[in-house]
Amino acid sequence: MLSLSEFFKYVAVMALVTYLLRALPFVLVKKKITNVYVRSFLEYIPYGVLAAMTFPAVFTSAGGLVPSLAGVAVALVLAVRKKSLLTVAIGAVAGAALLTFVPQIFY
Amino acid sequence: MEQNFTKGLRDGMPICLGYLSVSFTFGLLGVGMGLSWWQATFISLTNVTSAGQFAGLTLMMEGGAFIEMVIAQFFINLRYLLMSISLTQKVDEKFRGIFRWVLAMGVTDEIFAVAMSQEKPVSRRYFAGLFLTPYIGWGTGTLLGALLGEIVPAGVAEVFGVAIYGMFLAIIIPKATESRPVLTVVLIAAVLSCVIYYVPFIRLSSGLSVTVCAVAAAAYGAWRFPVAAEDEAREQAKPAGEV
Repeated sequence: MLSLSEFFKYVAVMALVTYLLRALPFVLVKKKITNVYVRSFLEYIPYGVLAAMTFPAVFTSAGGLVPSLAGVAVALVLAVRKKSLLTVAIGAVAGAALLTFVPQIFY
Repeated sequence: MEQNFTKGLRDGMPICLGYLSVSFTFGLLGVGMGLSWWQATFISLTNVTSAGQFAGLTLMMEGGAFIEMVIAQFFINLRYLLMSISLTQKVDEKFRGIFRWVLAMGVTDEIFAVAMSQEKPVSRRYFAGLFLTPYIGWGTGTLLGALLGEIVPAGVAEVFGVAIYGMFLAIIIPKATESRPVLTVVLIAAVLSCVIYYVPFIRLSSGLSVTVCAVAAAAYGAWRFPVAAEDEAREQAKPAGEV
């Protein structure tokens, strides 16, 4: 069993490492970066991060494959039409919920 | 007015929704593994990171060494370092000093992505709002998962997991349909991520996998499609013109 003092030590280590990774570069980099390749790299990073996080995780994000795909399909349709983030998110949940709970009524 | 606290809170709503589901799972799992409800919630409020917390939870319950914890957290969360550097190029001039120390806590994948998708520079007020709603969601979800986990059917919490990816798609898709470089970066990262996930002999934690994929895709993008000089000039002329 984990003692309280051990618990706090573990959490302190976790929290500190995670925080420093976020805070140090944020505080230390003060100037505009002028190198065109570095700038481009930093500009593309968000899209790389998002795509890597979305795929393949999205296929199981609502539990099963079918509800997840339904959520993705709704999200894609709404995203292509440039709907707001909240609209797309709620649409995705609605699509996933539909295919999760409706079949349960029939079986 | 467009870049204020209230807009931040509102833009944080979809993130909050997604966080409720993920942190609910964390609360459930934490209590299942032997933590008390307040311990699970305490971890969420001090760390605010999904993959890092799940890995950390496993390590601490197995009695892992502290150095293992340091190494695991470092590599799983290395992407935050890149995001923080990227974010320094996006924030406005008043966003510095103590505000950076405090609000650095809010650099998560989702908050970062929404902040970077703004057309204007990001103000500290906007970012504070954008951090607050998801942070409350992250803590509340953990607490609920820990307290009510046995009462709420798993399926109900599960469907909300898709919310966050819906939001990601809402950011990626419009931009990728307009910009060939962004489309290329997105495709490379997505394919690489699937390869790492499905090919059996490659084993990377999800956090590290995201870092590797994003770095590879963005590096290729920067090499093949460096931001054109005229875009650069326009970008630099903008703030000067406004002053």
